[in-house]
Amino acid sequence: MNNGLLDRTVAFVAALRAGGVPVSLAESLDAVRAFGAIDVLDREDLRAAFAATMVKRPPHRVTFDTLFDLWWPPLLGDGTASRYGADAGDPDAGDDADPDATEPRQGHAVPADRDALRAELARLLLDGDEDGLRRLARAAVQGLGRADAQPGRQSWFSYRVLRQLSPDTLTASLLAQMLDGQDRDGLAEKVARQTIRERIKQFEAMVAAEVRRRLAEERGVERIAKTAVKPLTDQVDFLRASRDDLVELRRQVYPLARRLATRLTARRRLGRAGRLDFRRTVRASLGTGGVPLVTYHRPHKPHKPELVVLCDVSGSVASFAHFTLLLAFALREQFAKVRAFAFIDTVDEVTPMFRPGEDFPDVMARMTREARLVWFDGHSDYGNSFETFAERYPDAITPRTSLLILGDARNNYRATAATTLKHLAASARHSFWLNPEPRAHWGSGDSATAAYGDIVEMVECRNAAQLQHFVERLLPG
Amino acid sequence: MQQPVFCDVADVRARLGAAGYLADDAIATTVFLADRLGKPLLVEGPAGVGKTELAKAVATATGSELIRLQCYEGLDEARALYEWNYKKQLLRIQVANGSSPDPANDGRPGGWSEVEQDIFSEEFLLSRPLLTAIRRTEPTVLLVDETDKADVEVEGLLLEVLSDFQVTIPELGTIVAARRPLVVLTSNATRELSEALKRRCLYLHLDYPTAEREKAIVLSRVPEVAEALAEALVRTVRALRALELKKSPSIAETIDWAHTLVALGLDTLDEAAVRDTLGVVLKHASDHARAVAQLELN
Repeated sequence: MNNGLLDRTVAFVAALRAGGVPVSLAESLDAVRAFGAIDVLDREDLRAAFAATMVKRPPHRVTFDTLFDLWWPPLLGDGTASRYGADAGDPDAGDDADPDATEPRQGHAVPADRDALRAELARLLLDGDEDGLRRLARAAVQGLGRADAQPGRQSWFSYRVLRQLSPDTLTASLLAQMLDGQDRDGLAEKVARQTIRERIKQFEAMVAAEVRRRLAEERGVERIAKTAVKPLTDQVDFLRASRDDLVELRRQVYPLARRLATRLTARRRLGRAGRLDFRRTVRASLGTGGVPLVTYHRPHKPHKPELVVLCDVSGSVASFAHFTLLLAFALREQFAKVRAFAFIDTVDEVTPMFRPGEDFPDVMARMTREARLVWFDGHSDYGNSFETFAERYPDAITPRTSLLILGDARNNYRATAATTLKHLAASARHSFWLNPEPRAHWGSGDSATAAYGDIVEMVECRNAAQLQHFVERLLPG
Repeated sequence: MQQPVFCDVADVRARLGAAGYLADDAIATTVFLADRLGKPLLVEGPAGVGKTELAKAVATATGSELIRLQCYEGLDEARALYEWNYKKQLLRIQVANGSSPDPANDGRPGGWSEVEQDIFSEEFLLSRPLLTAIRRTEPTVLLVDETDKADVEVEGLLLEVLSDFQVTIPELGTIVAARRPLVVLTSNATRELSEALKRRCLYLHLDYPTAEREKAIVLSRVPEVAEALAEALVRTVRALRALELKKSPSIAETIDWAHTLVALGLDTLDEAAVRDTLGVVLKHASDHARAVAQLELN
């Protein structure tokens, strides 16, 4: 490995660390050793080698791939020159058969015939030709994505490319071709639509990667790397999560619940053993001539708290409430009982909607549709909700209950009903308030955190990681 | 360092292919590195994507014997590494007590030191998978299956064995691997394995394959299936994976589905066929209902 490549690798490792991928020194040494063992002329092999040695958690893979594409680009500029030359490191550069990619760089008006590109795109999407799509993404960015920012500097935009090519509008004709005369509804259509959607998404990702590559050449890899890295799923802010983020979060509920449950069971098993299991001990002693060398104990019966969740499901915090409810019900075996109550300005029980085997996305929709949560104007009213709760469900909270309140405590300047809450909190075993707002915003504007925070311990819970941390604390070992 | 088994990445792919395992770039490169760097390979991914199959294919491709350590809750040293056969030892002691007086020992039966040397010998040692793998002189692939199911202490044990490839048995001394086995660990990620273990391993995340590769896998595993049907099958499975399901179908399910369709003599995948055989791929009632609703199967 020569010095240039070593420096590049070291810089790449530094970028990974900056992007939140923990790479230990031993792992980076492995990466360098792997670099020496494989044929670095094959870029995908290099990617796999680096991933195998440095990325040990699947969520980090996205960050890794983004950064890898920046640090080890498939080609340089328009593909006419390679920075490493014949040295090593950049296989695709120069030998790319694509005529568009070998356009001279200064050529201002690249023959970016939009219609020709679109026709080509349609053909490639239909075939699912991945290499072809990648070449097209290059050509399209080259032709359509450029804007002169300042004299002598260019900027690159993926939205320009995607707006002009607008791959989504190709869907209808692609569908017709793919179905080839079959009926235009039912299964075949759904499947074809999904296939096309997948390929378009792939193409869009390719365009984005290509734009990042061009930008990185203009402005330096480090600067682009900073903005290109997305936060990990469990770090996504509940209040700012996009629709895709929410789907991804929901997908994580079961694995997360399973991991939490396994860890809790392990913790319990490590804890104190229960009473002597006489029968097993005697039975085992027969193997050692009646001498009980090993004693066996019954497992300790774990204390399982009852959980009552009282959550604000008004627009602003709904996604947070949904995720937390799903997690609570996915973990139901860890509790003696789980009951959930939703409120906006009045409260209703939603427990029956979370029957085992119920469909997640459905539950959300039904909760807002069927539960009677609005009494007055549909703006959050914590005070009225607490009062109604205390009045209608007086037996919900017992001395065995852990009470969990979810919400941002933005009460629209209404009465807080702090006394009622004090009462509720006093009759529960523990009570916590999970607030999805950053701590710095608490108490600003109509936030009633000051009034409630004195009664119930308020915990900042902005992302899945913080929530996971809290659940571990809530469940006794 | 011992002679590596594979000469390059293409060689890995070709030999795994010959063993009936279609490896993509990432798999072939990672297996190659595991062999070349002499590091254990940790394979993680959802159930049914071919993690265990990979270890078996590597064993076949390298002409090694596969030694398997199946992990489960409560697995301990005695089951994973070695154990003294105490029943046999007891018998040996009783035989010594009952034997004829030993003149060299003041007329008492055989001396303790002799018995002790005797009962802590090879003969009374029960070798478990880890020790067996280390002591073999023939090429070996050690598969530690479902590592995440084992308790955390087992990871500590694995660390010791996998980093130095040696085992210390107090009564016998240290046994160093005559020939380092190729180690494959698998995990379903029901819990996060310790950082220390991950750091010592090469990591391969096996996920659902690309459409192209999945089709090739189906065709190679179920040769009776027509190419067009395999294509339709793979696309449908991918559509199912795009839904928010509790358990997405994996390759194992796709192959089962292909088998089912062949057995039923179906050659197209239409609504009725999917509806009738959906149980093969989706194992939760709610997933079933969701797929039927979303794909408009009724």
